[in-house]
Amino acid sequence: MQMNRRTFIIGSAAVGGGLALGLRLPFGPDVARAQDGSPEVGVWVAIAPDDTVNIRVVRSEMGQGTITGLAQLVAEELECDWSRVRIEYPTPGESVKRKRAWGDFSTGGSRGIRESHEYVRKGGAAARVMLVQAAANQWKVPASECTAANSVITHAPSKRRTTYGKVAEAAARLPVPQDVALKDPKTWKLAGKPIKRLDTRDKVNGRMVYGIDLNMPGMLNAAIKACPVFGGTVKSYDAAQVSGMQGVRKVVQVGDDAVAVVADTWWQAKSALDKLPVVWDEGPNAKVSSATIAEVLKAGLDADQAFIGNQNGNAKEALGGAAKKVEAVYAYPFQNHACMEPMNITARYTPDKCEVWGPTQNGEGAFAAVLAASGLPAEKVDVYKTMLGGGFGRRGAYPNDYVTQAVLIAKQMPGTPIKLLWSREEDMLHGRYHPVMQCRLTGGLDANGNLSALHMRLSGQSILAAVRPQVVQEQKGRDPLSFQGVFESGEHAFTYDVPNLLIDHAMRNTHVPPGFWRGVNINQNAVFMECFMDELAEAAGQDALEFRRKLLGKSPRALGVLNAVAEKIGWGKPAPKGVYRGLAHLKAFNSYVAGAAEISVTDGNKVKIHRIVGATDPGYAVNPAQIERQVAGSFVYGLSALFFQECTVKDGHIEQTNFHEYNSMRIAQMPKVETILLPTGGTVWGGIGEPTICVAAPAVLNAYYRATGKRIRSVPLKNHGIELV
Amino acid sequence: MIRLSINGKTHNVEVDPNTPLLWVIREQVGLTGTKYGCGIAQCGACTVHIDGAAVRSCSFPVSAAAGKRITTIEGLAQGKNLHKVQQAWLEHDVPQCGYCQSGMIMAVAALLKEKPKPTDADIDAAITNICRCGTFQQVREAIHAAANANANAKA
Repeated sequence: MQMNRRTFIIGSAAVGGGLALGLRLPFGPDVARAQDGSPEVGVWVAIAPDDTVNIRVVRSEMGQGTITGLAQLVAEELECDWSRVRIEYPTPGESVKRKRAWGDFSTGGSRGIRESHEYVRKGGAAARVMLVQAAANQWKVPASECTAANSVITHAPSKRRTTYGKVAEAAARLPVPQDVALKDPKTWKLAGKPIKRLDTRDKVNGRMVYGIDLNMPGMLNAAIKACPVFGGTVKSYDAAQVSGMQGVRKVVQVGDDAVAVVADTWWQAKSALDKLPVVWDEGPNAKVSSATIAEVLKAGLDADQAFIGNQNGNAKEALGGAAKKVEAVYAYPFQNHACMEPMNITARYTPDKCEVWGPTQNGEGAFAAVLAASGLPAEKVDVYKTMLGGGFGRRGAYPNDYVTQAVLIAKQMPGTPIKLLWSREEDMLHGRYHPVMQCRLTGGLDANGNLSALHMRLSGQSILAAVRPQVVQEQKGRDPLSFQGVFESGEHAFTYDVPNLLIDHAMRNTHVPPGFWRGVNINQNAVFMECFMDELAEAAGQDALEFRRKLLGKSPRALGVLNAVAEKIGWGKPAPKGVYRGLAHLKAFNSYVAGAAEISVTDGNKVKIHRIVGATDPGYAVNPAQIERQVAGSFVYGLSALFFQECTVKDGHIEQTNFHEYNSMRIAQMPKVETILLPTGGTVWGGIGEPTICVAAPAVLNAYYRATGKRIRSVPLKNHGIELV
Repeated sequence: MIRLSINGKTHNVEVDPNTPLLWVIREQVGLTGTKYGCGIAQCGACTVHIDGAAVRSCSFPVSAAAGKRITTIEGLAQGKNLHKVQQAWLEHDVPQCGYCQSGMIMAVAALLKEKPKPTDADIDAAITNICRCGTFQQVREAIHAAANANANAKA
């Protein structure tokens, strides 16, 4: 098996095992080539003589369907035979050598399609132009007389035909046109259609290769344990106690905070690690608890200093003069991503080369981590992606903890491939958690029940301060991302028009490392804002939908999705007996989303969610079937978080160690999800993977209030004795 | 030495008898379609069939599987013919990341053997696998489709 191949191939056409064992083929250096030797026609497409079309994708596939959607966009412009398409992942090392020919690898923030659609479509269009030109040259006719469809080029006047595969070698030698016209999305034939994913077959027969499945000659397996208290270090460990155990090859320290056992199999490594005596220096955080963190955040609710994310008029003054004032305090906990595939990566180090294989949401971020941990220059480093068993933000670039660990282990055993796999327990204890946040909302109503003033004070953790401090520095200490969904402008802009508004953030960071968790800060901000909107509407004696509509006069797209879910759920019409409704909306990742839920409650605490309607206006829809699945999936992820999920802190460490303490929704609890897709076009494309996650929780909470008269203001609901049935 | 019958083939493995079946399937036998998710029989990603019944192999000692008929996701299809559950999964485009789906498919295949035409309540009771991507809506549709394929095949 040759391990230093340039790419992994994913898709139904991939050869046995789902992992193509590529060989370097004896082609000259004149034309760049795909793994199967086919010539590149521009950087996004390589076409084999048998008309197989390799479409390059550098964003990561973690279930969200991005490789299928991006391939649809390329293929739409390329006019190729979809049944012959397969996907190839160029590596970050290759990209660096070629001056980042494929652009950004980062796959987070629902950016996979919305931030690369233009250049990948141009890549497909440019390749089509080159292929047609190559055929025209061969036939000595003007290219303008030739047409292309389904990988076939036709010159109608002379009735000649050829295929992409036959002219690809010649096309690859033509200059890549820079100025190519793109199709009007209204004329799309393949993009915009609900076609099936490219990667399903290997996911139903067990052949898809995830990082955890890698095997290489001579490979050893590592299990790791880092100090459970964040910021703690290894004081000592007694390797002699386990070094004689079956299969154990080596016990190593990893950085200053972790110990790993390397063994023939992972089960042997893990069994030995469980028995390895380790003494930790738990450091200064060993006394921190959820209660002490909550106290710090609570104080932030009243702090004088806070960063402003959105402001107009004079909220404080207007609140003073309001006819009626409403106030509420909400809270949102730490949560773990709990990807089904625990963190893992395989690394091999020699002084001449350091390579890693495995799941990452950002090939370039992993590449940077390998560079730093190996100490080798860029030309001696590379990263090969596998399929990801979930990502949800955990496998993003910052900080690539598991990649760094694997390289540090591999450096202690040069030449030996080391597969590092975290146990579920390690994964739970060393997450990059959804930030913890409290929020006080104060609203003022005038004599007519109009919202005249609103102050939203956030107090809690900043993700960017931890992972991208330079951004916070540029913002003079502010983390703009804290205000997702309620910000002054941009892709997460607040949609309500409130005459006197103040939204500010008292940043209170903790020793628990925060990370991007599907939806990021829209999860808590939507709960805070959209539940409070219902509280305000009630105080004003108005219908929750009507109250919102009056504030959305300047945001027609927000109004569009909100009206759509209201109509579909039957808002304003009688609900079935015992069934109660709630709704919510937000703008996030440049998409406008809304949700409406129907629930019933028995015994005051057993919640059954019957239906949820989710509407999204992402501007453009590349694959409606996958969007439907993303919306439904986002509700599962968001409602699992609402009902079950909290990572609590005791003695400086996270208390929950596995799914028995950190539950996730099952099929019995799954509501019927109805998706409404309202793409309204325009110049800006919105995201899909994350936006809708945030509307499920407030819609259900608002329905719960109507059902019970109880306003729940903190997550998760299990802490209130509320069950999901 | 423990003698295992997996997907109709015999494997003699030299392992600690307490090793969970999951890890023997993955590491000694080399069949990686069966996944590790939790190690405590909570998530179901490791589901295989032992003598036709769904078992969470992460919490099942290999010694207890000796002499029994073990089927993993790789052995579910009959040659090139996918199992009706796999076929329904393809037709309904069920998987997202796909990591939990081997276990989900094995659990469903065992259910359909016991209850060829399961009701929604049967599904709710029998299928308790965790899927963090949230494919449940498609899972339910595909189960009913597979059950109907079952009925049609018999008709």
